[in-house]
Amino acid sequence: MTDAVIARGLVKHYGEVKALDGVDVSVPRGSVLGLLGPNGAGKTTVVRILATLLTPDHGSAEVAGIDVLKDPREVRRRIGLSGQYAAVDEYLTGFENLDMIGRLYHLGRKTSRQRARELLAQFRLEEAGDRMAKTYSGGMRRRLDLAGALVANPPVLFLDEPTTGLDPRGRTDMWEVIQALVAGGTSLLLTTQYLEEADVLADNIVVIDHGKVIAEGTADQLKAQVGGERLEITVADASELMAAGALLEPLGVGKAVLDEHRHCLSMPVSGGAMVLTDALRRLDAAHIVLDDVGLRRPTLDDVFLALTGHGVEHTDSSLTGAQTQGVPR
Amino acid sequence: MSYVSAVGDGLVVAKRNLIKIKRVPDLLVFTTLQPIMFVLLFVYVFGGAIAVKGSNYNEFLIAGIFAQTVIFGSVITGAGMADDIQKGIIDRFRSLPMSPSAVLFGRTLSDVVNNVIVVIVMSLTGLAVGWRIRTSFLEALGGYLILLVFAYAFSWVMAMMGLLAPSPEVVNNAAFIIIFPLTFVANTFVPIVTLPGPLRTFAEWNPVSSVTQAARELFGNIPPHTPAPGWALQHPVTYTLIWSLAILVIFVPLTTRQFRRSVSR
Repeated sequence: MTDAVIARGLVKHYGEVKALDGVDVSVPRGSVLGLLGPNGAGKTTVVRILATLLTPDHGSAEVAGIDVLKDPREVRRRIGLSGQYAAVDEYLTGFENLDMIGRLYHLGRKTSRQRARELLAQFRLEEAGDRMAKTYSGGMRRRLDLAGALVANPPVLFLDEPTTGLDPRGRTDMWEVIQALVAGGTSLLLTTQYLEEADVLADNIVVIDHGKVIAEGTADQLKAQVGGERLEITVADASELMAAGALLEPLGVGKAVLDEHRHCLSMPVSGGAMVLTDALRRLDAAHIVLDDVGLRRPTLDDVFLALTGHGVEHTDSSLTGAQTQGVPR
Repeated sequence: MSYVSAVGDGLVVAKRNLIKIKRVPDLLVFTTLQPIMFVLLFVYVFGGAIAVKGSNYNEFLIAGIFAQTVIFGSVITGAGMADDIQKGIIDRFRSLPMSPSAVLFGRTLSDVVNNVIVVIVMSLTGLAVGWRIRTSFLEALGGYLILLVFAYAFSWVMAMMGLLAPSPEVVNNAAFIIIFPLTFVANTFVPIVTLPGPLRTFAEWNPVSSVTQAARELFGNIPPHTPAPGWALQHPVTYTLIWSLAILVIFVPLTTRQFRRSVSR
């Protein structure tokens, strides 16, 4: 069985800037690939090449078994694309938007209309279906845009940052919609800046940065590299940091990292709230006063830190680089 | 099959643009109120001040306003393209298995429909303030056609501008800088003989002059035995058609090629 999406050695320049520097991705049929990376990593460029909007300088790509460069029109019959900015026509109603897309897929008048109504119902836009999209909330626009990508029931779907800019409610709504689609057997390539999102939705994750693949695997494999959840504390008095480190050391599953500059300690743990309670008890017994304490799940920043040694935004965040040091044994 | 689907796709896109005329306030004003305003302003503000030898100024004026207004109509094409690129709608279109030129044909086609509405509104306003068509039905139809054909060709120039411009606002501003001189340094509002040397030569060969002259002739708004300066204005229909054809031959392929390359910014 061939993969739904295969891209090999994609290279793309924008003038002097190398947006992609030899990217390989593949999406097995019926699975979800999460393309994870910060802004400007090249995620959108990959999607645009696969969706036939851009031609790569080098490399090859196949979507649904068809060569993207040789036969873009056949590829377009088999894909749905929903972009980073909801590409809905705001002066058309939701129904008119979907109906128009159906007509442009050459589904015919009757089928297009029927499909538009079906999708409006599926995406909980039935009541808003005959209102101008201008009046929709951000989440509703995104749902309409996603519905647009599904008009022709494409076997392969590309979603470029489907939840960026949505509020938490809108995000979880979107996740549910996407999960339902995937359950129906659609092959999906999804880009995101959020590890959590890739974790919830993707079977496999490819991490890219500066136009290069820097890691790939399942969410669990990536997290294993990052080290799961971390206990983080900030002490009120910097001179007590070492003592706190020594007290908490036995609770960790890996080495603690101290940041004297910010008075804080970060340490991989496992066991959740139990560990947190235990840590507080120990620190309290030693009369160490805390400014802040918490359990943190790994973020994209942690993945990047673990994989590349630098943070997502490449700022001089004090948790990275030279200012950190291990607790002496 | 591909030609049939290209036409079908073009119509779908044109329909989408036309729906907007009634929903976007700017477009509605542009299409209905502005033409009425232009006819009334020119007739009542300039009408008394400008004299045209052997003719009635209002009669002279109307075809000029028609020409200027339909050419300005092409700005909708340019701004519309730029807007679609900015909003990411072009990405959506380009990811569909539709004919790639259908977006452009649909866009320019909806401009023609828009211009038909504009011309009807202006004609009714014109008739209300005393303008008359003094020729046969067929000649008058020819007058309207030549206005629409030239405006159609010009909208491809604007479509190209829309694809290249960074935003719809830029298209609007740039278009006005081009279209104002083009439509004023012509025989649209004043007789060419009143213009100083170089401007007069420009006006004589300006296709806006020839399209205006052609419309005037075909509406019967030029008194008989009025000499026209230069070959272009003596053969206004031919000259206008040559220009329209030349613009289309150059800009249809050029704009289509640019469209394939354009992606949302």
